[in-house]
Formats: sequence, structure tokens, C-alpha cells
Amino acid sequence: MVLFGQTVICGILLGGMYALIAIGMTLIMGVMNIINLAHGSLVMVGMYVAYVCFTQFGIDPYLGMFAAMAVLFVIGCLLQRYMINRLVEVDSILPENQVLLTVGIMLVLTEIARLIFKSDYRSVTTSYSSQTMYFGDMSISVPMLTGFFIAMLFTFLLHLFLTRTDIGKSIRAVAQDRDAAIYMGINSSKITMITFGIGSALAAAGGSLLLPLFYLWPDIGHFFTAKAFIITILGGMGSTMGAGIGGLVLGIAESLGATYISMGYKDIVGLVIFLLVLLFLPGGFRSLAKR
Amino acid sequence: MKKTNNIIGVIVFVAALLLPVIIQAPYQMHILILVLIWAVMGTAWNLLGGYAGQVSFGHAAFFGVGAYAAGLLEFHLGISPWWGMILGPVLAALVSLPIGLICFRLRGPYFALAMLALGEIFRLLFTNMESFTNGAKGILIMPAITDKVFYYYSGLLMLLVTVLVTTLIVRSKIGYYLVSIREDQDAATSLGIPTTLYKNLAILSSAFFTGLAGAFYMNYVAFIDPHIVFNLTSISVMLIMVVMLGGVATTWGPTVGAALYIYLGEVFRTTLGSANVLVFGILVCLIIMFLPNGIVGEIGMLKQVVTRKKTSVKEGI
Amino acid sequence: MKFFEARDITKKFGGLAAVSDLSFTVEQGEIFGVIGPNGSGKTTVFNLISRFFPLTEGEIYFKGQQIDNLPAHKICALGIGRTFQVVKPLRRMSVIDNIMAGAFLRTSSVKKARQKAEEVCEFCNMRQYENYEAKSLPIPLRKRLEIARALAAEPELLMLDETCAGLNPKESEKAIELIQKIRDNGVTIIIVEHIMKVMMGISDRILAINFGKEIAMGTPQEVASHPEVIKAYLGEDYA
Repeated sequence: MVLFGQTVICGILLGGMYALIAIGMTLIMGVMNIINLAHGSLVMVGMYVAYVCFTQFGIDPYLGMFAAMAVLFVIGCLLQRYMINRLVEVDSILPENQVLLTVGIMLVLTEIARLIFKSDYRSVTTSYSSQTMYFGDMSISVPMLTGFFIAMLFTFLLHLFLTRTDIGKSIRAVAQDRDAAIYMGINSSKITMITFGIGSALAAAGGSLLLPLFYLWPDIGHFFTAKAFIITILGGMGSTMGAGIGGLVLGIAESLGATYISMGYKDIVGLVIFLLVLLFLPGGFRSLAKR
Repeated sequence: MKKTNNIIGVIVFVAALLLPVIIQAPYQMHILILVLIWAVMGTAWNLLGGYAGQVSFGHAAFFGVGAYAAGLLEFHLGISPWWGMILGPVLAALVSLPIGLICFRLRGPYFALAMLALGEIFRLLFTNMESFTNGAKGILIMPAITDKVFYYYSGLLMLLVTVLVTTLIVRSKIGYYLVSIREDQDAATSLGIPTTLYKNLAILSSAFFTGLAGAFYMNYVAFIDPHIVFNLTSISVMLIMVVMLGGVATTWGPTVGAALYIYLGEVFRTTLGSANVLVFGILVCLIIMFLPNGIVGEIGMLKQVVTRKKTSVKEGI
Repeated sequence: MKFFEARDITKKFGGLAAVSDLSFTVEQGEIFGVIGPNGSGKTTVFNLISRFFPLTEGEIYFKGQQIDNLPAHKICALGIGRTFQVVKPLRRMSVIDNIMAGAFLRTSSVKKARQKAEEVCEFCNMRQYENYEAKSLPIPLRKRLEIARALAAEPELLMLDETCAGLNPKESEKAIELIQKIRDNGVTIIIVEHIMKVMMGISDRILAINFGKEIAMGTPQEVASHPEVIKAYLGEDYA
């Protein structure tokens, strides 16, 4: 029973942090309608920024996170404005060109990281890295708890941003109907660029929160891209609420899979869920909520 | 026009036949053989992706199945892996049917993602089913033949057969139907085209030849593991890149793309050392942004500009 | 046995009935018009007949055979062709290849398909555009291509969806000429339009619908002077 409780809680905490990354992706997807296979590598870059802050300047990852977010916001805006935006005008046989461009970007980001940091596994050890808190017989890792709460805080702040601020509402408008938004006087290309920036910043935030928990190496990006996708599709493209729930669901499912089936098959669980959702619930949880 | 094309074709063919006589160095031969393998894979993918418009991000599944079919024949049964050249493509084709069943219900990017997920599932399965596949340790075989010239000519034959069959398909009714499905699936249905059937035909043939390349790879390279042959980035995604580079929906585009990919890769690797993938990534971005239909694909556009051939109608008739 | 019959067909999307209890028959060799304001359900009727959506209720019969339970791609093989309101050219294929895509329904030989396509091209007056890429054609030619392509599949019943929408009067005239030529060649036609004038000229009988329901059926004169039709188009005051 203790094992079960611990597994589920672990899943929820981890899932919450994955969700933050996925929310970044779903935000971008809602506005741009593209499949961004570079998203995980944005997380990776954010993690390296936080890593450098820690190792070079002694800044705690939870603070370095803000630096990472700033850097990734800028990178995201630039990528969208000067590269991805270009493809809107190009007519080619393969409509999946945008997806492929994101693959190219993923390669470039990963390799630049590898050039600078080599393929070594890095890790960050802080004063609280191995601390655990006890709830009855269950032990929960402190960085997991802290990361989860910060992720929840960010999600809440994002929600406020999207519903209360002008820019936030503009983003939602463009996501719902780009043309109508333009008629309403919204500068859609600026909004698209900003959204990509925000999505990237959220990815960086999620990554920084996970830094005390994961090994860091350039290829870790693929791992996060996969998770983000599964959660995004689970929750319904463009739905931040859905991504939140999807993250928790995936976290719990994988945690249970790891504990009760085996470590190796843990990732298959996520992929199978992904396929099932694609096939049978293409709108994700969001479409369930609508019914 | 056709005559010049034919003459060029003959020259290239003769040159290809004579290459091993001119080039003796094993390293150069190795590069050529890799080009041939990738050319076969690219041509196979092109049938499903370029002509039928179903962009698969999971073709590594077929490549890996082909490779493992050959490898496991020796590993478990002590049978020569060359029999894998028959078993591999057949198994890959068989596997493509349930994959198609699942994925063809989805369109566009969702199809791409589903294929991606399936490719990854295959990789994870083959990594974890240790008693069957030897897991991450991979399969090592003792190749009966080590002469590179042999592999070159058999690889060349494999490529020619693949291109021939693919071209026959593309020029037949099936080809017209596949392109119709690519251009507008609903319009195709309204013309009586059973789209699911034809998409399955496409994935079947595509998987068959990809599996063939996989089995050949096993025999030539003599060592495989799930991380190599079921790899998402270096096989599935690179495959798309190769075809895009050379020219989607063209006969020789994938071969051109394969040659470029392997040669550029080698040039980058030897001159740039560890920065080679980076430069390759930059190249990929540039090509997608500026040459989206690949080199062979954009030749048509370039020719049009040069000869001022009229293929569009002025407005207002 | 009626050539074509729709019996009490109904289509509901969620709670909204796009088409309600519609019944009509079409005689072989006639031009049957379906008319109604925008959003009245005309294209939905076509989509139901060509099996792009399943019926909620009702049945459809063609030459005595029930067709509302067949897979979409079988409809063309039975002899029912259609065009789309928003044209769907096979953009990166040439005009002749587009038409061949239709011709292949009746043959597996590339040579025969090409021959047939050339005949149809000639019939529709498009020979000079044979090798042009479909995506380079302006709208009137795209609409004509759409018709040619459907013709190549040798339909006995051809459903034309808003063929004249977006065309200027001269282009409309040419389109109407083509439609009449097609009928004279033995093809039955169901044509959907929302422009009264076009329909009056070519239809033998007209069905007027609004909000998915029948409001009038009969000869063009009968329908045009029907109070419900006038109300639907011009408002209460004119009825």
C-alpha cells in the first residue's frame, strides 16, 4: 500500500513538471498548428543554461530558471520569426516541411550543446538534492515536491496571463481563429512570435525544475519531446488545462508501469497511450470535457 | 529531350558498372555500398511518402525488422543470413499491414506522429525482448563473404530492382491513384478510388524494399543492435531528409539524396570532426527553407525558368 | 423502379438537423435542380448521396439498389459522379492526368485511360490546357476540369455542386452550355445552385429547400412563383 501511494505521488509530482513542458508545446501548437519536434531540445538548452548558472555562478537552479526562461524566450522568438515563419509561404509536395524544419533545428541545437558540453552526463547536486520528506511511511523527494509546486504556480500564473491580460487574450484569439483575430486588429505575426517565445520559456522552466532530478546530456531533448507530445495529444492540442491533466495522467501511468511492470517497458506505456489516444480520442481530454 | 536523357542514363549505368574497377580502395567502396543501401531505402520510402503523400516518421521499424530477420536466422537457427534477403522484406511487408491498419485512420501530421510512435515501440520491444533478440547487446554474425566488390554489385542490383519496380508502380494506374490520394483524398474517393486499399498497397511495397535494405545491411555490416537499426533520428528522420534533399516524388531523387547525404556526411566527418552533424543540421534547415522540393525536384522549376516553357494560364478567359 | 430516389432522408449533426425528411425522385435523362438559400442543406444532400456522411434516417436508391449503406468509394463505380462546391483539383497533376484519375475507374490500362481522358478533354473544350498543371488554372477552368474529371468515370448520374458560383455571366453561359451538352449525351444531372436565373434556364424540375426541408417541388415556373420560395429568398413582404 505504501509502495502504491508512493508510486502514485511520485507520478503526480513528476507529471506536474512534465506538464509544464507540455503546456509550452500545446500553447505553440494551438497558435501555430505545427508539430514542433525541437521542443525537447529547447528544454535541454534551458537545462544547460540553469546548469551553467549553477556551476559557474553558484546560482541555485530555482533561480537560474529565470535566466533560462529569458534566454529561451529570445531564442524562441528568433526561431519563429526567421525560420519557421518562412515556411508558411513555401509550397512543397510534402506538407510536413514545417515538422522537418523543426527536426533540423533540433539537430542544430543538440549538436551545439554537444560541441560545448560534450556528451558527458552532467548533474547538479544542491544542498537539498537528496533530501526527502516523510508522509507517514512514504518518502517523497524534496526537489520533486518543490519542482511540482513551482510548476503548479507557473501554470496558475499562465492561466491568469491568458485570461486577464491583453496579450494573453490576443494569443487565445489567434489560436481560435487567426483571420478573425486579424480583423480585430491583432498583429498576428507578432503574437505568433511571442507565443513561440513563451512556449520555449515554459519549456526552459520545466527543464530547470527537473535539473536536480535528471542527468543532463545533449540527447535528453528527445526524451522530453516524446513526453510533451504524448501529454499534448492526451490533453487535446491547444488546451492548457488538458495538458495539465494529461501530464498527471502520464506521470501516474508511467510510474505505475515502472514499479509494477519493469523499467524498460515504462516508455512503451506512454507510447501505447499515445497511439490509443490518437486513434480513439483524437481531441484528447478536452473533447471529453466538451461532451 | 528523351534521347539525351537516355544517353545520359546509359553513360551513368556503364560508369556505375565500371566503378569498382576504377576505385579499388576498400574505404571508397564502403562509402559506395552505404550509398546504395540508403538509395534503396530512400526509393522505398518515396513510394509511400513522396507519391502517396503519407509521410512516415517510423520507417526504421521496417528497416530493423528486415535486419533482424536476417540476423536472427543465424543467431537462433544457424541459417545463413542471406536467406534474410527473402525473409526480411516479407516480414517487413507483413508487419506493415497492421501498422497501416492503425495509422491510415489518421491523416497528415497525425499519421506521421503515429508512425513515429510505432517505430519507437518497435525499438523498445526489440531492446527489451532479450531472449528473442539478444536485447541491447545486438546481433553479431560471421559474414561468409567479405569481398566488398561483391556487396557493391549485389547492392547495385538491389537498387536497380527497387527503382524498376517502384517506377513500374508509379507509372501504372496504381501510381496515378496514389498521387490522387496525395493531392486530395476526398476528391479521390469521389472518383471511386478505394483510398485505404491503395495506401496499404503503398505501405506494403515501401516496407518490402526497406526491409530488403535492412537485411542487406545486416549481411554487410555484420553487427546490428536496436539502437542502430530502429533509430528514430539516424534512420527514420534521416531517411526523410535524404529523399527531401534529392527530390520527393522523383525517380532518382532518393538516390541523389543518398549520395549527397553519405558523401557530405563523410566530408563533414573527416574535415569538421565532431561538428559534422551540426553542419549537416544547418544544411537541412537551409534546404527545407529554400529548396523544399529537393534538388531533382527543383530542377523542373529551374528548367522552366530557363526555357520559359508555358505551363500556366493567364487570368480572365 | 425510379432511376434515383431519396426517401425521407434526414441528417443530424449533434442536435442540429441539416436535412429533414427530404424525399424526391429523379427521372433518367432530366436535369433536376436543387435550390435554396445559403446554408439550406443543399451540399449536405450531395454529401449524403456520395456517402461522405452517413444518413441519420431514411434511404437512398439508385436504379433500384439501396446505396446509403455502401462505402464512399463504391458510389462512383455504381455510376454516380459529383463535383465539389469548393473545387478540389489534383493540384500538382496536369489537366490530362486529373482526368485520367477519373478514367481509371473503368480501365486498368494507362493507354486506354489516356485515350478516354483525351476524349473527355475534347468534349469539355479543354484540349489546349491538357498539359497545364491544375494548380495554375483560374477558377472557371478549374470548375470545368472538375466536371471533366467526373465525366471520365462514365457516370449515369452527375451531381454538380454550385458550378456557376463565382463565375461572371459569360463564364456561366459556357458552363451551362457544357451542362446541356452533357445531358444531351445521356447523363442525368442533379444540379445545386443558389442563383435562380441559372436554374430556371436549364432545369426540367426543381426542388426548393430551406433549413433542410422541402418548401416546393415542380417545374421551374411553379417553384419560382411559389410563395414559400419567394419568402425564403426575398422575405415575407414579397410572398
